[in-house]
Amino acid sequence: MTDSRFDAAPDAQDGDTVWVEQVALIDAIPRWLAMSLLFIAVVGLWQIVTSMGWVSPIILPSPGETLEDLIFVGRNLISGDYMLSALWTTTRTVFWGFVIATTIGFTLGVLVGETKFGERALLPYLVAIDTMPKVAFAPLFIAWLGFDIASKVALAAFIATFPIVVATAAGLYAASENERMLFKAMGATRMQTLLRLKLPTGLPYMFTGLKIAAVGVMAGAITGEFLGGGKGFGALIRQSASQMDTPRVFALILYLSLLGLLLYFVVVWAQRKFVFWNKDERTGAIG
Amino acid sequence: MTTMAERRPLQQAHPVGRPVYEIARLSKTYASNQLVALADVNLTLREGEFVSVVGSSGCGKSTLLKIMSGLSPPTAGRVMLEGRPVTGSRPDIGIMFQQATLLPWKTTIENIVLPIEIRQGRAAARAALPRAHDLLALVGLKDFANVYPGELSGGMAQRASICRMLISEPAVLLLDEPFSALDELTRDHMNMELQRICREANATAFLVTHSLAEAVILSDRVLVMKPRPGRVEEEVTIDLPRPRRLEMINTPEFGRIVAHIRALLDREGA
Ligand SMILES: Nc1ncnc2c1ncn2[C@@H]1O[C@H](COP(=O)(O)OP(=O)(O)OP(=O)(O)O)[C@@H](O)[C@H]1O
Ligand SMILES: [Mg+2]
Repeated sequence: MTDSRFDAAPDAQDGDTVWVEQVALIDAIPRWLAMSLLFIAVVGLWQIVTSMGWVSPIILPSPGETLEDLIFVGRNLISGDYMLSALWTTTRTVFWGFVIATTIGFTLGVLVGETKFGERALLPYLVAIDTMPKVAFAPLFIAWLGFDIASKVALAAFIATFPIVVATAAGLYAASENERMLFKAMGATRMQTLLRLKLPTGLPYMFTGLKIAAVGVMAGAITGEFLGGGKGFGALIRQSASQMDTPRVFALILYLSLLGLLLYFVVVWAQRKFVFWNKDERTGAIG
Repeated sequence: MTTMAERRPLQQAHPVGRPVYEIARLSKTYASNQLVALADVNLTLREGEFVSVVGSSGCGKSTLLKIMSGLSPPTAGRVMLEGRPVTGSRPDIGIMFQQATLLPWKTTIENIVLPIEIRQGRAAARAALPRAHDLLALVGLKDFANVYPGELSGGMAQRASICRMLISEPAVLLLDEPFSALDELTRDHMNMELQRICREANATAFLVTHSLAEAVILSDRVLVMKPRPGRVEEEVTIDLPRPRRLEMINTPEFGRIVAHIRALLDREGA
């Protein structure tokens, strides 16, 4: 029965455990603890750097100052003051940018992924535009649409559209040869194959595209507000920065990032709900 | 052509039905790599007949099956089913691929009624649910009707995809290694069920397999294919009486037939 070559340890007895899975320390502690430890380490380092006076407070304010401003901005937001209306403006910009990008991106993606016209005629143009630095279009959008929210929505949507196009088209190609053959054998129409096979198969890809778009739409909205003024959070940040109020800039960016996180996790939540069969844990929050 | 019948005449195993499939001078060259997958295949399947194909991996068995089912066009030759040329998918053909290919977002039972849903709509699919449950019970999966395919083993998925093929009650079954992922006991059981289903429906079956025992126990004829270019080299008529029973595997007659086919396959090392 026992072959000595396969014995892990020379003194192993029958029934002894000779080989067990080793759990790394980082895997053994809960995630929240790992995150908290890293947070404390970073803030500690930050405190040391600032209290030793290694960098000027204009470049890097101390954690304490930042916290003060964080509380100040938080109060302002809760009391419904001008900062809240700025955040609301940016939120609307991000929302409409995302909705428009999703609509146009999905439509173009289906054209590219499903039709010969899209693949052969449309795709080269899309690739060409995608390689351009899209932020450079901001002045154009402002000239066309004015300094109000519309020009920022346009820029945000413009930046976020392309990842959705690419992801949708790639998703439509993802159905395997066998699955296509199965639908062909069942006599499925092109529409049935698209709706019942290709779109569901492509959903995980599309959600990946939406996550990239969620990041892009934030960047687009803020860039638009930097360049085109208006009443959004981006304008507040620029104003504080021009006054060298670095702690305020830090605080504003932190609250802004909450908006980005919110959008991102709405997409992740929708993915969990709609792509329930894709059980790959790793793609849950990140992929 | 060698037939066992020549050597040892037995009772007629199966009544000779009318021709269902007629394949003549069929050849297929894949355009992408100029590979001659099939060359001059001639074949007639009669109603209620069970024919198996054996041959080394890559000799063109799946290619032949795909052409017969109308899923891929031949380069030359003709394929007729019930007197009409096969030019696309046909509702009277049931096909089972080498891979089970269940849709992961549909439960087992939803996967099984999918052909009905595609051809006749949701209402018809709902009406077919009781029959789908019967089929599932037949293949030993009745507790897995509402499970998603991600939770099925490879063999279970294959059995489910058999149900999907049978749900539309096809007159012709094209089977590409349907039981390759099953353990031997389940496989024997499924083979006997397959025989019963074919007899009850008087279905014509065409089976690709790597198991010579499976081919012999099920078939009226076994075709031996050779590669490069893929062609039907030999045809062996199996004159074992019907219905076939698993015990027949242990008879000397059965052993002789298997040995004969093995020798045919071995010849010139192909
Ligand atoms: N789509 C394709 N394009 C090009 N060549 C192909 C294609 N499909 C199959 N072939 C080639 O045709 C030959 C026959 O393939 P086929 O799948 O019919 O073999 P098979 O007999 O079913 O093999 P196996 O027993 O391994 O399933 C192989 O050499 C294969 O490489
Ligand atoms: Mg094959």
